[in-house]
Amino acid sequence: MDLFEYQGKQYFARFGIPVSAGGVADTTDDAVVQAEKAGYPVVVKAQVQVGGRGKAGGIQLAANSDEVRQHAQSILGMDIKGHVVRRLWVEHASDIAKEYYASFTLDRSTKMYLGMVSARGGIDIEQVAEEDPGAIARLQIDPSSGLTRDQARWLVDEAGLDVEARDGAVDSLLKLYDCYVEGDADLVEINPLILTPDGRVHALDAKVTLDDNASFRHPEWDEFRDIDEFDERERLAKSKGLQYVGLEGSVGVIANGAGLAMSTCDVVNQVGGTPANFLDIGGGASAEVMANALEVINADASVKAIFINIFGGITRGEEVANGIVTALGRVKIESPMVIRLDGTNAEEGRAILKQVESDEVLSRPTMLEAARTAVGLAAQRAGGAVK
Amino acid sequence: MSIFVDENTKVIVQGLTGGQGRFHGLRNRAYGTNVVGGVRKGKGGEDVEGIPIFDSVAEAKAATCANASFVVVPPAGASAAILEAAAAGIPFVVCITEGIPAHDEARIYNVLQRQHSGTRLLGPNCPGIISPGKCNIGITAGEIAQPGGPVGIVSRSGTLTYQALYELKQKGVGVTTCVGIGGDPVPGTSFIDCLAAFEADPETRAVMMIGEIGGAEEEKAADFIAKEMSTPVVAYIAGVTAPPGKKMGHAGAIISGSKGTAKAKMEALAAAGVEVAQNPTEAGELMVEVVANRT
Repeated sequence: MDLFEYQGKQYFARFGIPVSAGGVADTTDDAVVQAEKAGYPVVVKAQVQVGGRGKAGGIQLAANSDEVRQHAQSILGMDIKGHVVRRLWVEHASDIAKEYYASFTLDRSTKMYLGMVSARGGIDIEQVAEEDPGAIARLQIDPSSGLTRDQARWLVDEAGLDVEARDGAVDSLLKLYDCYVEGDADLVEINPLILTPDGRVHALDAKVTLDDNASFRHPEWDEFRDIDEFDERERLAKSKGLQYVGLEGSVGVIANGAGLAMSTCDVVNQVGGTPANFLDIGGGASAEVMANALEVINADASVKAIFINIFGGITRGEEVANGIVTALGRVKIESPMVIRLDGTNAEEGRAILKQVESDEVLSRPTMLEAARTAVGLAAQRAGGAVK
Repeated sequence: MSIFVDENTKVIVQGLTGGQGRFHGLRNRAYGTNVVGGVRKGKGGEDVEGIPIFDSVAEAKAATCANASFVVVPPAGASAAILEAAAAGIPFVVCITEGIPAHDEARIYNVLQRQHSGTRLLGPNCPGIISPGKCNIGITAGEIAQPGGPVGIVSRSGTLTYQALYELKQKGVGVTTCVGIGGDPVPGTSFIDCLAAFEADPETRAVMMIGEIGGAEEEKAADFIAKEMSTPVVAYIAGVTAPPGKKMGHAGAIISGSKGTAKAKMEALAAAGVEVAQNPTEAGELMVEVVANRT
């Protein structure tokens, strides 16, 4: 789960990482209230989970309530790379002497943690990594032993942070590491970590990705969830407990297992179609899960044909078939569906499907044939819609 | 021959008394796997359909001489179960648990590396391992695998592993061992571990490798294949159409920045002399050709 900046700052604050005083606003009036609380001058910041806010005009400085009102009005509702701004973060503007960078994440190649610190913060770190890799100090940290103060000190020294920032930066780094590990984050990043003219170090931005697998031991994460940024289709799928990712095409895809679901999207693409989504019904899915999946796909107006690709391991063929029959009885499925069923109890499943087969419900023996049929149907129906 | 397991492997099941553990443990035994015991603290002395239950892995090992453990324990307890098996000196641990926190996985991996280097962990979040006709630890339906070789399979995805086994069986091609390494970011056993074991196995004369988007393990495997392997490899990579920044079901299946794309992985493998298929069916067909050329 990716956190918005304001949530990330709230999370940082729990671990003692210094952040600016500020508050959340969903309206221009709220923005003024928050600005008065934080004290002028303030920064009005768009809350979207995409880079490049500043360039798009989503971050503005305001010296008084009129300016806050004016900026809040222009930023709320703004479209930044496809993300509509619904919420603002208003915080007291900081004087900046220097901008640094700090982060922790997992290095999958070494299977250790990677800590990174740079004196060149405030800009895209990937660009720094490309143009001047030496400007980023890196440290491999053994997850079985953790980060020591000496190691944090080494990172800060190695990165060449200004001498007056070093003690504060070491402190912030140790707290950021706690936030990363104890806070069960996949990624914590501060860019920029600033030094103020009076010698204080604090986080001016916050990027935090939480590990969904750890949510069972973090009941406090629930408050982050309700305004999660999903598209409508993803929200519906999530409410039904399905693994769903919305894509741009016209063939609705349902498969069991992440690998097979990805592979199904690929095969649709290879035979000239475009997948409308990735949907994994998981292992051991019941008839009910299958019916839910079909309802989610059915709610997507861009879907012109549905491709159901099941290879039963734990998932049983007759359960899948029963789910399709259930769904057909429960809602009107708008698009024709093509089914490929193999593996555990596939014969029983195919026998059940025989009873509902029609021009709209087709069976195909292989993944490739089924993909071709579904893509053909989608093209035909899209063509029809244009006329 | 097979890798990691064979007909002499003696398996205990940690979590045999739970719903999933019972179902898969008994299914593995029915396949012919030598399941010698189960572990559940507080239930020592009981049995599950004749399989004795022990309070700890150490007791189970002492009583049964088990040399493998199948961990079927929910995410919150899985790390402790794996470490218990390692501390008891079990050399091969298969964990199918899905949803273990990433920090737990990273810690387990590094603790095993530094303190229990004699233990190999397969998984977590994997379908397990099957050596057809000899031993099946995990959740793979045994009947879709044809015994006898000459193909070894290593895969990051569960259902694509079944698909691969099935494609080969349809074509009459047997499998020495099929290893599902799992789709999480920190797998205990890597592609390279399996490729090296297959290379050393005289009965495995070709390897099918199934990868997916995310990470750089396939690229590292390509490097290993180019430098260290004479056994031919056929590969398939899922996720060509996956968008950057979205997790595609598996925690590890995510394209971050410009890294981890299916295209980059396919190019790296092709450059290493691997036959790269565009879909699972083609992978099966390519494998039939490779096997025919080698015999």
